[in-house]
Amino acid sequence: MSKLGTLGARLHRGEIGYDFVGKRKIWYGISILITITAILGLTVRGLNMGIEFQGGAVFTTEKTSVSVTQAETFAEEASGHDAIVQKLGNGGLRIQIAGIDTDKSDQIKDTLAKDLNVNAEKINADLVGPSWGDQIANKAWQGLAIFMVLVVIYLAIAFEWRMAVAALVALIHDITITVGIYALVGFEVTPGTVIGLLTILGYSLYDTVVVFDSLKEQTKDITKQTRFTYSEVADRSINGTLVRSINTTVVALLPVAGLLFIGGGVLGAGMLNDISLSLFVGLAAGAYSSIFIATPLVADLKEREPQMKALRKRVLAKRAQAAAKGESLEPQAAGVPADDEPDDVAAAVVGPRNQPASRNRGRGRPSGKRR
Amino acid sequence: MAAPKKGRSASAQSRPGRSLALILIAIAALTGGMFLSGHPTPRLGIDLAGGTSITLEAKNEPGQPNAINKTNMDTAVDIMNRRVNGLGVSEAEVQTQGDRNIIVNIPKGTNSKQAREQVGTTAKLYFRPVLTTEVSGPGAKASPSPSSSSSNKATDKATDKATSSSSATPTASATSQGRAVSDALKADTTPSATGSASTSPSSSASPSASSSVDPGTAKLQAQYAALDCTDKAVRATAGDGVKPSDPTVACGQNSSGQWQKYILGPAEVSGTDIKKAAAVYDTQSAAGWKVTMDFTSGGSKKFAAITGKLAQNQSPQNQFAIVLDGEVVSDPYVNQALTGGNAEISGSFSQTEAQDLANMLKYGALPLTFKEASVTTVTAALGGEQLHAGLIAGAIGLGLVVIYLVVYYRGLSLIAIASLMVSAVLTYVIMSLLGPTIGFALNLPAVCGAIVAIGITADSFIVFFERIRDEIREGRTLRPAVERAWPRARRTILVSDFVSFLAAAVLFIVTVGKVQGFAFTLGLTTLLDVVVVFFFTKPLMTILARRKFFSSGHSWSGLDPKRLGAQPPLRRTRRASAPVDTKEA
Repeated sequence: MSKLGTLGARLHRGEIGYDFVGKRKIWYGISILITITAILGLTVRGLNMGIEFQGGAVFTTEKTSVSVTQAETFAEEASGHDAIVQKLGNGGLRIQIAGIDTDKSDQIKDTLAKDLNVNAEKINADLVGPSWGDQIANKAWQGLAIFMVLVVIYLAIAFEWRMAVAALVALIHDITITVGIYALVGFEVTPGTVIGLLTILGYSLYDTVVVFDSLKEQTKDITKQTRFTYSEVADRSINGTLVRSINTTVVALLPVAGLLFIGGGVLGAGMLNDISLSLFVGLAAGAYSSIFIATPLVADLKEREPQMKALRKRVLAKRAQAAAKGESLEPQAAGVPADDEPDDVAAAVVGPRNQPASRNRGRGRPSGKRR
Repeated sequence: MAAPKKGRSASAQSRPGRSLALILIAIAALTGGMFLSGHPTPRLGIDLAGGTSITLEAKNEPGQPNAINKTNMDTAVDIMNRRVNGLGVSEAEVQTQGDRNIIVNIPKGTNSKQAREQVGTTAKLYFRPVLTTEVSGPGAKASPSPSSSSSNKATDKATDKATSSSSATPTASATSQGRAVSDALKADTTPSATGSASTSPSSSASPSASSSVDPGTAKLQAQYAALDCTDKAVRATAGDGVKPSDPTVACGQNSSGQWQKYILGPAEVSGTDIKKAAAVYDTQSAAGWKVTMDFTSGGSKKFAAITGKLAQNQSPQNQFAIVLDGEVVSDPYVNQALTGGNAEISGSFSQTEAQDLANMLKYGALPLTFKEASVTTVTAALGGEQLHAGLIAGAIGLGLVVIYLVVYYRGLSLIAIASLMVSAVLTYVIMSLLGPTIGFALNLPAVCGAIVAIGITADSFIVFFERIRDEIREGRTLRPAVERAWPRARRTILVSDFVSFLAAAVLFIVTVGKVQGFAFTLGLTTLLDVVVVFFFTKPLMTILARRKFFSSGHSWSGLDPKRLGAQPPLRRTRRASAPVDTKEA
């Protein structure tokens, strides 16, 4: 803890920090590259849609001695369709047959039970008509669209439209990446995957919102000072919440990892596995995007505002002036009495020092070293 | 600066105890309620308990583009409910989902194959002439009971109907004659009705039907004699596999809730012959609610023929039975041929009864067919295995989170772990309580939702703790740090939880199937997260902040100012060295 704790402290004080906003172009580039790869993968390879989306049957048997190839032959004979058979962790078989009608399934199940020499009552059957998967997917898209609209409205009210736009971009980014990875790796897409994907919605935004919250707080009175530009303050917000972001992501990923391990390792395949896999990919993408994409994007948008442009000019002018004087800003900054009163209200301190945004975080940092 | 601070925290400190007590009482009450309700565990869904889940999708019939609407879907659910529960299936549940789906969940241990056949097919409604009828089974009075000619009414809602009579007569609608008949019928509304009942003791082997019509073959007689309509399983199979053109036996419930058995003639009119049926209130004669039917042209002819024939008979052979899926739902009698292509059934119906009957009549011609969209059969073994796996995954996830919290937050993690426990208990109890109240069933996606929610819940504590640590790094002591950190953390938690809840709510409303169960748990746990943070974590933190262990910043408290790198009092002296560390980033 102490190491992370100290790191947290120094991040907090601004002693150290990564220049997220400054290096945003690199990260934008990386994201665009990943997104293009994802889209390419999606168009070229397409998604490996599970049986639920094509219509067909999935039979799961208990432990059996029949081999996979043998079972495949049996299944194809019984159904007249192609079958995919997997061995499960518990010795059972998972037999997928695409394209069969729900009406015929009982008959196939009985035939299979006879061939495989297991009790028909002990075979799990999951029969899906082709329209059911479509319906789930359509409803999910519909939900996604409604959610995006609502969330943009909410964020625009709670924060501002630029943040809403940035959050939306980050969200689309996360979903594209996740879907792209599914296409590239060829993971099977099932309703479980859809569930996982939809959860990313909430989670990705959850993370973004926390960073934005801190950003909003720190930039409340930004125009009243001339030490930092918006981008710099944004940078500090990210760094300030970095420890929390890391912790949140770790804490979110740990249970999902547990699910993935159990779902994949013990059950072999199925819903637990599908949900946790897409969650795992999506959460990782979500943590990345809220730090590297969403906030820099807000900063980019903000810097376009006339007010912020003016601020930037003022800040740069001041720095140029200081440089011209040949003195580092450091002594000046250090000379500012540290303000540590627990009850300070921003406005009260702003007047005299004129540096509200920096009043706590900026201490100890030689301003000259900031870009 | 210190003095006002103390005053403020003192006032804030008077509350934490109360909040804690409040939430603990609430938990105790909910837990008590859970045990009292007799459902100490959440109801398990089909995928965890084993059983069969059938999702049916409504399809429009050609030429009926707007048939999928709430009324039709509700009627269909009602009918299916009658069917599956008529099978003797215990606790089968039928419910609509989304705008065009019906989910039928059949627990393990029942004949799911039969249930599937029953549920998927369109309802079969026939009008059959009554040949003979009597009260059936041990439930009936031991004395020979007259089979009332006017008191039969079958629905599964026996209690609602017990007071009413179904004495009913189809009459040509809108004729004064018809009303006169119904008025006359009002006298017949008691179960001990008039009519030349074909009295036969329920034990008698052959019903002594005073009939000119042969009640059927000896086989039918034997079936009839053996028929015990009070037995659910017997009832369900009565008349199974009989062609509409053959006579059959059937059961129905009369107005006093007794089961009545029947021998019925071949079907004369089928449900598809009914063009429409409606429940109307007879304002003119104040005769109360009645059901009107309009027949198709073919149906009119058939109906005219059967009523003409029946009207000449003695009771009970002047009755016809309206048979829905093998069960007699109504058995009005006829006293004249009805040739107008429409008819009405009157009696002292209540509004609901009239509407139910009208719906059933309509359903035979309901423009909805259902297609099996998905059928999932889960053996109890696999269900148990999945439940087991889900629980293990949850335990592993929770364990990992706890370990991480302990390593990172040390003493503070006690608060986080206690809060997680409270959250877990609340979630469990509420899920258990929601089973009997709103029919919530814990399925695999819901378990996943709960596991994922561990992260969201733990994150609220992380936000709060990081805020406190930030304040301590500013050089504050713990108590003011907690009070200062809380308003900021609170806002962050509320905003982010709101987004999470919004996602869950939208998904719950819009989506279908497994996604919905997942969204429900996620929404529930998000709400509980807010409750727990506000009423448990914060007060607990406030109280513990008074403890020396935490307030003195013990190195194991997770709040050690030194480890957190708080600004020492003479902080400016460290300045010079600070920038050197920049490269570590």
